[in-house]
Amino acid sequence: MNELIFFFNNVIVGGVALGSIYAVGAIGVTLIFGILRFAHFAHGDMMTMGAFIAFLLMLACQALGISVPFLPTGFLVLPVAMVLTTIIALGLDKGFYAPLRKRGAKPVTMLIASIGVTLIIQGLIRLFFGSGTWSFFESETKQLIRIPVPLEGVTRTINFTQPQVLMVVCTAVAVLALHFFLTRSRLGKAMRAMADNPDLAQVSGINTKVVVRVTWIIAGSLAAMAGTMLALDVQLKPDLAFNIVLPIFAAAIVGGLGQSYGAIAGGFLIGFAETAAIFNWSVLLRPIAGALPFEVPATLAIVPTEYKLTVAFVILVVVLLWRPTGIFKGASS
Amino acid sequence: MIARRSLTLFAGLFVLFCVIGWALGAANISLLLVQSFAYALIALGLNIQWGYGGLFNFGIMGMLMLGGAATTFISTPIIPGFWGSEGPLLLGRALLAFAFGFLLVWGARKADRVGIRGGWKTALTIVAWAAAYIIYRSQIDVAAAYIEATPDGWIGGLGLHPVLGWLFGGVLAAGAAYIVGKICLGLRTDYLAIATIGISEIIRALLKNMDWLTRGTLTVSPIPWPTPLPQEFQASGTPITDSFIYARLGFLGLVLIVLIVAFFLVQRAYGGPWGRMMRAIRDNYVAAASMGKNITSRQLEVFILGSVLMGIGGAMLVSFGQIYDPGSFQPINHTFLIWVMVIVGGAGNNWGAVFGAMLIYITWMISDPVSQWLFNGISNWSTDLGWGAIPEIQSRASQMRVFVLGVVITIALRYAPRGLIPEVVKREA
Repeated sequence: MNELIFFFNNVIVGGVALGSIYAVGAIGVTLIFGILRFAHFAHGDMMTMGAFIAFLLMLACQALGISVPFLPTGFLVLPVAMVLTTIIALGLDKGFYAPLRKRGAKPVTMLIASIGVTLIIQGLIRLFFGSGTWSFFESETKQLIRIPVPLEGVTRTINFTQPQVLMVVCTAVAVLALHFFLTRSRLGKAMRAMADNPDLAQVSGINTKVVVRVTWIIAGSLAAMAGTMLALDVQLKPDLAFNIVLPIFAAAIVGGLGQSYGAIAGGFLIGFAETAAIFNWSVLLRPIAGALPFEVPATLAIVPTEYKLTVAFVILVVVLLWRPTGIFKGASS
Repeated sequence: MIARRSLTLFAGLFVLFCVIGWALGAANISLLLVQSFAYALIALGLNIQWGYGGLFNFGIMGMLMLGGAATTFISTPIIPGFWGSEGPLLLGRALLAFAFGFLLVWGARKADRVGIRGGWKTALTIVAWAAAYIIYRSQIDVAAAYIEATPDGWIGGLGLHPVLGWLFGGVLAAGAAYIVGKICLGLRTDYLAIATIGISEIIRALLKNMDWLTRGTLTVSPIPWPTPLPQEFQASGTPITDSFIYARLGFLGLVLIVLIVAFFLVQRAYGGPWGRMMRAIRDNYVAAASMGKNITSRQLEVFILGSVLMGIGGAMLVSFGQIYDPGSFQPINHTFLIWVMVIVGGAGNNWGAVFGAMLIYITWMISDPVSQWLFNGISNWSTDLGWGAIPEIQSRASQMRVFVLGVVITIALRYAPRGLIPEVVKREA
């Protein structure tokens, strides 16, 4: 039983935390792909930017002495950071993507433009914050929650941190809100219509400009949320999301580009796959070692820990080969 | 008109290099020249893939790393301790395990010949992959642990001439490109871009963590030069600053020969029937397919050819730098930089690719000292105003390169989407 709890703490808790970050990021990527038809590479840097905005706001709050009991200040400032990132995302669209779109540029050009935006944002972040790491928990503590299991002979407790719980709550709220927006509101239905068939949507009187704006609003705010959650879970550094933008694309592609629900499923799939692949499975085998025909080695991970991010890429490549449009059918460019 | 424009641009580039050479000194400009010519070769490779064939390769970094690893393996001295130990035997067993695993997977994929079809075949293939992976890991882990425990900690090189290493870099990159192309070339543009980035990250993770092969983060150094080193000139009595210039000029000559040969061949290929066919496939692959061209195998061809140039270029850069550090390879420096070179220079035009490579490389290299100078100025000014100085100017200035690169590509896409020296589309009257 102790071993099972160890498994739960490492794989399930870690996977849920990582999965919710990936899912929230991948929704943004997939929405932009569905509406604007290009792979938005700068999404990872929009996440980093959001996280740094939240970090600055948190410092400001601490300087002003604003705090709420039981809630890390990082989560307190999250809504403001989301609004600010959204404004910047709209500005990025107006400054960089809208002129190209007007010219009728191909998706490939848009992709290259988004790499330019990536470099600009990353350059600016590094210019102001250097290349070191920051933590949201310098002056406050990251609370560890331990839940004892009421069973005989169980010594381990189920462990997770407070930010992880809040992260899952935030993800659930965001996903539900998005679900109701897409299925119930007029604008959400217009978005889905435009993702399905842009020409038909325009002909039937949908204001495509508004839809594009709403897409950036959702994508920007979700990017800020994902970035801040990632920074709260690990650390804040300038190349934070650059490394994570590929797993996010993997999640979006696994779920089928353009499919919001697919992106959520893909995010959790990649998150669990990463934590499960580096888990030392011999821990689970040890209690039944007597019954096994072979000797249980000391470490039995599917891949060594340093290959954790590689798992996402391997899944990505396999999915692209096996079912290029994703597990759920994706939009085509 | 294009010819006049490109002459003017190249003349401007020459003047720019002269000015920078005058400002930085001959030793520094010879260093920049060698590197920018090596990047020009890599940009030619991307120009074949993207400019000729329309392939969206974002995995350049992986090819450069493979080239570097190849030249490291071929040209660094032999370690007798390794060859005398059990290491080669263990590695041989790992290789056998790999071959066995390959046969297993290959057999499972051909299972329909013996009547296993549909879901059963899929299941068999998955089991074969898992078995092959387990068999390979069971051998390679032992070998890697054994080799990493030896005093040297890695297998060393073969001690051959570095130019052979460059050739091997091209061969290795071609092999990798064949596999990558087989996997990815059926995909559409965006998917292809993401898949190639993913594969180059996998290559990076492997080379970074296979300490027995590349020493990983411990880095391999020094890697021998194909031409005499500055130290050899110093030994024969040349002053230190002059020795660097002579040695780098020697290296520069070799790089230039490779670049000119490659350029000549690539330019000939563009004008020939093969180049016409590639452009036909790029511009309208449906029409090209209906004319009986085998799109997939042509694209594989162009992907491999481009990757060979990238592999050779990567090998040259590593030889020249004398250090192989898998950790120093970054997508920004080794993939996006080259894309910016080709886009700014002009995709589809080899003169444009070479021009873009040299212009962007020099911009990339000098934006660091220029922004340092700029920041120092601002810092003095703000100190005078009483706002205090800018902290850590040195580390901040080196980050400006990324920003400048982003601005350059944005401006290029906006105002010169076809590049500074665009492709000349010939039309028969």
